[in-house]
Amino acid sequence: MAESKTQPEARELTYVAAINEAVRAVLTEQPDAFVAGEDVAGAGSVFGYYKGLLEEFGAERVIDTPISEEGIVGLGVGAAATGLRPIIDIMFMDFMGECMDEITNQMAKMRYMFGGTAYLPITVLTMSGAGISMAAQHSQSLEAWLCHLPGLKVVMPATPYDAKGLIISASRDDNPVFVVLNKMSLGMKGEVPEDSYTVPIGEASIVRPGENFTIVTYSRMVHESVKAAEALSSLGVETEVVDLRSLQPLDTNVVIESVKRTHRAMVVHEAVRFGGMGGEIAAQIQELAFDYLDAPVARVGAPFSPVPFSPQLEQSYIPNADKIVAEARTLLDV
Amino acid sequence: MQPSDDVLRDIHRRMVRIRIFEQEAGKLMEAGKIPGALHLYVGEEAVAAGVMVHLSDADQITSTHRGHGHLIAKGGEFHKMFAEIFGRVDGYCKGKGGSMHISDMQIGMLGANGIVGAGPPIAVGAAFTNKFKKSGNVAVSFFGDGASNEGSVHEAANMAALYKLPIVFICENNGYGEYTPQAHHQAIVDVADRARGYGMPGVVVDGMDAVAVYEAAGEAIKRARAGEGPTLLECKTYRFFDHVGVRGMGLSYRSDDELAKWQQRDPITLFEATLIEQNIVSAEEAKVVHDKVEAEVQAGIEFAEASPMPDPAALLDDVYK
Ligand SMILES: Cc1ncc(C[n+]2csc(CCOP(=O)(O)OP(=O)(O)O)c2C)c(N)n1
Ligand SMILES: [Mg+2]
Repeated sequence: MAESKTQPEARELTYVAAINEAVRAVLTEQPDAFVAGEDVAGAGSVFGYYKGLLEEFGAERVIDTPISEEGIVGLGVGAAATGLRPIIDIMFMDFMGECMDEITNQMAKMRYMFGGTAYLPITVLTMSGAGISMAAQHSQSLEAWLCHLPGLKVVMPATPYDAKGLIISASRDDNPVFVVLNKMSLGMKGEVPEDSYTVPIGEASIVRPGENFTIVTYSRMVHESVKAAEALSSLGVETEVVDLRSLQPLDTNVVIESVKRTHRAMVVHEAVRFGGMGGEIAAQIQELAFDYLDAPVARVGAPFSPVPFSPQLEQSYIPNADKIVAEARTLLDV
Repeated sequence: MQPSDDVLRDIHRRMVRIRIFEQEAGKLMEAGKIPGALHLYVGEEAVAAGVMVHLSDADQITSTHRGHGHLIAKGGEFHKMFAEIFGRVDGYCKGKGGSMHISDMQIGMLGANGIVGAGPPIAVGAAFTNKFKKSGNVAVSFFGDGASNEGSVHEAANMAALYKLPIVFICENNGYGEYTPQAHHQAIVDVADRARGYGMPGVVVDGMDAVAVYEAAGEAIKRARAGEGPTLLECKTYRFFDHVGVRGMGLSYRSDDELAKWQQRDPITLFEATLIEQNIVSAEEAKVVHDKVEAEVQAGIEFAEASPMPDPAALLDDVYK
């Protein structure tokens, strides 16, 4: 899918408004698309993604469901398999526990198990991330669960622009795509064209070029990494920041090409470090660019504990620019 | 099961404790002093109080995201509760859980819960322990009308009936799951109708009437203790505050009229009027109860404010035993 960027206008939208605009575009373009989830219609979602869509598209296409995650995702799977293009809302990704069979054993595998005779054009919007004292069951970053499942695609936009473009891509994709959003980013502003446009799934973007060091990251940690890169710049290290945007499929090329230029790399994510995407990416870097590496591939992620409630504890838990800089200084010896 | 005067006074005190705690917590939240989400129980006090007065510390309960009222009625201590919802080290969960995970294992309060519908299966486990150990204890699981649509609740109810476990399921039907009215989330009016399908008695009671709750809960708990299996008790109630906090997100999803109508049936006002009318409590005595609780709440807040934030060095403590 080519990037169909139209004339960029200097129009700023928040992340949440970009999501809203994307879903509106999807419902406008695709007569078989509908949105279903808890409090998505009357309330427009607790995060405000779908404000105004009930009024615009009606209760047949913007549907409040019972609190029944397994039922909601199952409805999406069945509807997608029989010709509709569902957008399913799982309010917080922490609630995936309630519907993990539908995700793991049905949605991800149906096409393969059926020998390619079915396809599931389903988009799941869900929310990740800590930072506002929502405690252990409303703050997790569980994308690694999803990326481990062959049959699913997973994208995690860092900016309003990417949020809109990736949601539209997801909805046009004939496979299940999880769009994992970030709650701390909802109010963030960025340039967003008014027209419908796509950001291709599976293409990373270099958000800051640099020749000494590569940070591979995604979602909100992109911004922390860019901040860290500025700080490292004053220490004489020019850091290239790669925003993966899509985790499954993973744009290995952009990562490897960057590492071949910079010779040192670090993966940064908000998810728990152990068993997180960082392990996969670090492994791929050493497999594909071992001879180019001047240092081990470092990883920054959350410590091995549930997300704590108390604000200061939570701050000490979440990766940030300072922690990235500290880790980078050890790695690079600067 | 006629409550004695002492029991009535006890229920009254528990309700007032919940009300004043929650009102103050709401104010503190609106003043920005409490981080995270706070789901308040104001309006639903008769349910927690009318049930919990039957339970000892050895009986267990599972709660919901709206859990303060359950903990208070079970015997929770204000200073540890405030400290927890402030995120302080002297809180019930050392500041790691907050409002949505507040718990007191010492008195069988197996936690508020951030996952809707997560409590009932856990309560089944507690009831299983009670049966296994022949302890004579019961487990009581609170859940909302919204939660009644989670698969976990149906699985728990089926297992409880199948194994004849000493458990009572209390559905707090306040007419809404977040901002969705009951009529938009289920095709039935009485959640208790489902009891037949599980193979247990289903009872509907006025959840604004503390004595009615007391009597119905008493029957169900007696049944459970006697080894006769579970009951599904649905209490029709209403939350006077918004889903989160006091004024919430400012969405208009229920009418002021509807709220006003339910507020006329304020469970504490109603109950107090009856107690005074029947000379069980005098107006002065009722006021003393309020004043005492008020003072205790203020002391709890002071304690919490003086309590330190948890040391970041404690971050990894208690992940494992
Ligand atoms: C599994 C899960 N799904 C959704 C939510 C979001 N949520 C929190 S409270 C709530 C409404 C619960 O309604 P109800 O069970 O009636 O309890 P009430 O809030 O009315 O006391 C929802 C949908 C959640 N916390 N967990
Ligand atoms: Mg409810």
